[in-house]
Amino acid sequence: MTASVSWRDVEVGTELPAQTFTLDRSALVRYAGASGDFNVIHWNERIATAVGLPNVIAHGMLTMALAGRVVTDWVGDPGALVDYGVRFTRPVVVPDDEAGATIEVTGTVSRKDEDGIVQVTLTARCDAVTVLGRAQALVRLP
Amino acid sequence: MALNPDFVGRTYPAGSSYLVGREKIREFASAIGDTNPVFHDVQAARALGYADLVAPPTFPVILSLTASADVVRDPELGLDYSRVVHGEQGFAYSRPIVAGDELVVTTTIEAIRTMAGNDMITTRGEIETLSGEHVVTTRSLIISRGPEDDQP
Repeated sequence: MTASVSWRDVEVGTELPAQTFTLDRSALVRYAGASGDFNVIHWNERIATAVGLPNVIAHGMLTMALAGRVVTDWVGDPGALVDYGVRFTRPVVVPDDEAGATIEVTGTVSRKDEDGIVQVTLTARCDAVTVLGRAQALVRLP
Repeated sequence: MALNPDFVGRTYPAGSSYLVGREKIREFASAIGDTNPVFHDVQAARALGYADLVAPPTFPVILSLTASADVVRDPELGLDYSRVVHGEQGFAYSRPIVAGDELVVTTTIEAIRTMAGNDMITTRGEIETLSGEHVVTTRSLIISRGPEDDQP
């Protein structure tokens, strides 16, 4: 598999294919195990609410990973990623039900440099509320 | 609780190394639901020129969590870990992590400040191979929420 986009085909304003992700409680438990982040606010409703959260919340890093897939699925080779950063502006609340939480991620090329690097700005929304801020990736395109 | 400002600039040297395994990469990729073959199929990774399975871009958090645990739990720093949330995260890559890498993390406290009753601490982690090749730099802002946040 090679990168599916090339630098010359991309312009500022080019939209990446949007993706929608669903997180339920089992996804949080699974991510806790895989990442080693066992902070109780990601699986224990009693403690999450005791520290002032509306309910159990998703790991910010899980949301960041999902949003990053919009970029890496677009370029194909994840090694094209030069820099990736986000701010966690609002928590993704994951209720204890079948539906869980739904995160919608979009990406747009926001800058194109002469050296083959493009900047992608991502948006991530849960219940129509933005959950990531200043979410930007730099990718090197062939 | 105010954090100890003397900790700004403090560097925590690399502890024991982390050996990146294929199955850990597969487990992590599956936990984020990512089916990109370079995270799962060695031949697919090699076809792209990598020595072995490629780790997803946020995989370095596994290493920085371990490395920063000693920092955020240091009683002299004064961070209330039960109230900690993640504020910002960034990665600057020299190359992707691949299976077989043996990595060490050096963590530095870059900034400490208090805003609206919340303690905020910025750390930087330099992740390198045992031979000193830079792989990725992580940057993290963690926030210990002040008690007034509990008020409706």
